[in-house]
Amino acid sequence: MKASRIVITGVGLTAPNGNSLAEFRANLLKGVAGIERIEIRYMGSQLAGVCHYDPLRHQTKKEVRVGTRAGSISVYCAREAIADCKVDWAALPKDRVGIYIGCTEHGNVETENEIYNISKFNYDTKFWSHYHNPRTVANNPAGEASLNLGVTGPAYTIGAACAAGNLGLIHAAQMLRLGEVDFALCGGVSESIHTFGIFAGFKSQNALATNADPHKASRPFDKARNGIVVSEGGCLYTLERLEDAQARGAKIYGEIAGYHVNSDASDYVLPNPVRQAECVRASIRRAGLEPKDIHIVNTHATATPLGDIQECEAIRAVFGEGCPETSINNTKSYIGHCMGAAGALELAGNLPSFDDLTVHPTINVDDLDPACALPGLVLNQPRKVAKVDTILNNSFGMLGINSTLIVKRFAP
Amino acid sequence: MTKDECKQVVLDIIADIAPDEDLSNVKPDVRLRDQLQLDSMDFLDIVMELRKRHGIEVPEADYLQLASLDSCANYLTPKFNALSAKS
Repeated sequence: MKASRIVITGVGLTAPNGNSLAEFRANLLKGVAGIERIEIRYMGSQLAGVCHYDPLRHQTKKEVRVGTRAGSISVYCAREAIADCKVDWAALPKDRVGIYIGCTEHGNVETENEIYNISKFNYDTKFWSHYHNPRTVANNPAGEASLNLGVTGPAYTIGAACAAGNLGLIHAAQMLRLGEVDFALCGGVSESIHTFGIFAGFKSQNALATNADPHKASRPFDKARNGIVVSEGGCLYTLERLEDAQARGAKIYGEIAGYHVNSDASDYVLPNPVRQAECVRASIRRAGLEPKDIHIVNTHATATPLGDIQECEAIRAVFGEGCPETSINNTKSYIGHCMGAAGALELAGNLPSFDDLTVHPTINVDDLDPACALPGLVLNQPRKVAKVDTILNNSFGMLGINSTLIVKRFAP
Repeated sequence: MTKDECKQVVLDIIADIAPDEDLSNVKPDVRLRDQLQLDSMDFLDIVMELRKRHGIEVPEADYLQLASLDSCANYLTPKFNALSAKS
């Protein structure tokens, strides 16, 4: 059976440096980062990527109060994506819409808040919120979007650590191909900056970035990189089967060309470049391409001293020296690590390259680590290129989950 | 505490838990659920906020007493006054 072709028809996002694709892309080309200092409970001032979208654009005050930040981000991104794709939403059968949202984790924020709350009442659990369970169930972000949108089709999250954003898109493509749904909202979200635990965990792991200048803090591939900047964010796409998109005359951002997901099976936190390379190769093979056909590689690199080197090792193994048209960049240098949203956001930032033939750089590389030197690495300034027909997006996560997604220029 | 002051306490709580609602014309003798968008979780919020802010306990068997502003005032005012007498 020939698989349906799956295309991207809409994008809704909020990132620490932009609340729409146009704003986000403009800042990626201008080198504008979005990192600031915020107060974290028990830890004081910390660097973080904060989103500044208006929740009340698509939610009531009560929805914001009762729901979670991840739910709010999901609603914002979903509504923006629907508006962007210009589908006749009112006429779309809502039982044929699927919502598939990748999350690194969910429930830490709400649990920490409740424990802090009852600490003010001598830990008496009768002060524990009755909203705790609906806020912390793992499907919360997708469930809040389904409530807001009236979607009665499947709506759930996909837990895949920091590979989750790609997983949302991959899973949606699979469900569309299976005929389970006719229209998908998919991608990833993160509310991680609202839990002290993730900051404290990375700090205990010696993996939390520090820098006097917040905008310089996230610096993958630079010799002075010293860890991750934790960020929140979200990016949801509308995905449709090509024939459906064409029937309604939709704008098409690109076509899902290939993907792969695998597992390291080697360590809780340390990446495995051999498995990463296998993942990248398998995605290229599935797309019917060769490494030299990939024009942009968006790296996962989070600016940890070891992790960046290992991903570069994997990329070197796949792309080597024989891929003169392959440009390599990174988005976390602008927005930090948006966790479950990272893969989806980082892909979005590169999609406009199909039209403007410009590769946004990775910024904050003042002194390139020789161990991260790769042919094609785009440093600090955007690069005009002759051709962008393919974008390969890496997203890797803890417990050794790797995901690679390839989107190609749409050609009927 | 007077019954009017008690009604204001309840309205202040509702203003926080139902921030989209216009509370300027709440009829005291009409069930709150019949004039405002309040669901069962919101009523649990009223119970929780009475507990947190004022140390007032409303056992589940008495939840019906919170149906309208008038019934709230009738039920809660003696409780507030008993608490202030203790302190």
